[in-house]
Amino acid sequence: MDKVMRLASENGLMIFSKSSCCLCYTVNILFSDQLGVSPYVHEIDQDPEGKEIEKALIRMGCSSPVPAVFIGGKLVGSTNEVMSLHLSGNLLPLLKPYYSFN
Amino acid sequence: MNSTSTQFAVQTNMIYETIHQVGMWGDFKVDGFLNTSSPLILDVETQLGNQSEDSSHGTVGGSLKYDQEGSKPVDKVLRRLAQNREAARKSRLRKKAYVQQLESSKIRLLQLEQELERARQQNQYASGGIDVSQLGYTGNLKPGIATFEMEYGNWVEEQNKQTTEMRKALQSHIGEIELRILVDCSMRHYFDLFRIKANAGKTDVFYLMSGVWKTAAERFFLWIGGFRPSELLKILTPHFGQLTDQQQAEAGNLQQSCQQAEDALSLGMEKLQQILAETIATGQLGEGNYLPQINAAMEKLEALVRFVNQADHLRQETLQQMSRILTTRQAARGLLALGEYFERLRALSSQWSSSPCESA
Repeated sequence: MDKVMRLASENGLMIFSKSSCCLCYTVNILFSDQLGVSPYVHEIDQDPEGKEIEKALIRMGCSSPVPAVFIGGKLVGSTNEVMSLHLSGNLLPLLKPYYSFN
Repeated sequence: MNSTSTQFAVQTNMIYETIHQVGMWGDFKVDGFLNTSSPLILDVETQLGNQSEDSSHGTVGGSLKYDQEGSKPVDKVLRRLAQNREAARKSRLRKKAYVQQLESSKIRLLQLEQELERARQQNQYASGGIDVSQLGYTGNLKPGIATFEMEYGNWVEEQNKQTTEMRKALQSHIGEIELRILVDCSMRHYFDLFRIKANAGKTDVFYLMSGVWKTAAERFFLWIGGFRPSELLKILTPHFGQLTDQQQAEAGNLQQSCQQAEDALSLGMEKLQQILAETIATGQLGEGNYLPQINAAMEKLEALVRFVNQADHLRQETLQQMSRILTTRQAARGLLALGEYFERLRALSSQWSSSPCESA
């Protein structure tokens, strides 16, 4: 879907989320509090095209529509994939370009 | 003339006997047949010759013909009777099969009840005398939970066996290949636990979260329905044996990333608690009518299942990553240490439950 890919390529690090979704909040916290990066969060329940975005994310292979994490314009996956990446040590290298240096 | 009418009477009797017998089989409406408007008229001459060939079982020979005016022809009646016999036979067989199935189900139910009682007693003993029923679970046990209690009981038994086997294996200096098999087996056993927990979570996530299925001391360390993986890593690390620098660095990173993931999940859980509390408390607390709030809260509970699954996923990933970093022998030592750690916790629970109460 165009909107999904456009948003993903415009924002190097982004999370498709729903405002009521606590796992989305978890992934956001992991990135911002624990890892020191600032992902762009797009709440699809507040987007009039939310339903299409949700379908598109599932079509792209995301295990659950939200949270859907994109890094460098590519779909990384949902919570499972992010956690696996992090524990295997492969998440931090992907995030290097997006660190904000205080 | 007399002989003819006698034979007519005999043949008629044989028909009625057949009808009566079929009626006994229960599948043939005797009354309906007898009430047919078409009268039976026997071809006397034909049946005279076939008298001796009639069987004694009451089956009507093929020598009878009926009125031509539109009543049922002979062969159709015979076919109908034969079909009825067949239907009756099949009915009897079905009934027999059903009764057998009931009997075996009854036996199975008794077995399950016994196992459940045993599991409950074990749980009661190990959890410090807390009667599970006091916690309100016995009466409200969802069906899938009884299965889980049984499966978990078996899982613990198998776990203890595997720990013992691992202990013996390491003491006996067995070969790398056999050790690898034991390690893989042990890992798969933990993955089994996460699988049966996932099934239980679909049925009753509150039950899983409460930890009532674990022993008391284990429950003290409960984090989102199970053990906290980063804590376990801390406990187990000294027991792997000598680690290379590379291994130490990787283990350190795993420890840290695990901790970070846990903290994020914990904060997410707090958010969920907050949202659930707000959902239940919306509107006038005190107005007495709160069905909409309950319904809204029910939807939120699905998120809880996702959290427990996520926590188990974290536990599984931690085990897998650790196993990747370590050699076979190091992993074996780690798994032995892990197994015995939980054995000790369960032993503590037993000891505690059987220790005398101190009077105030």
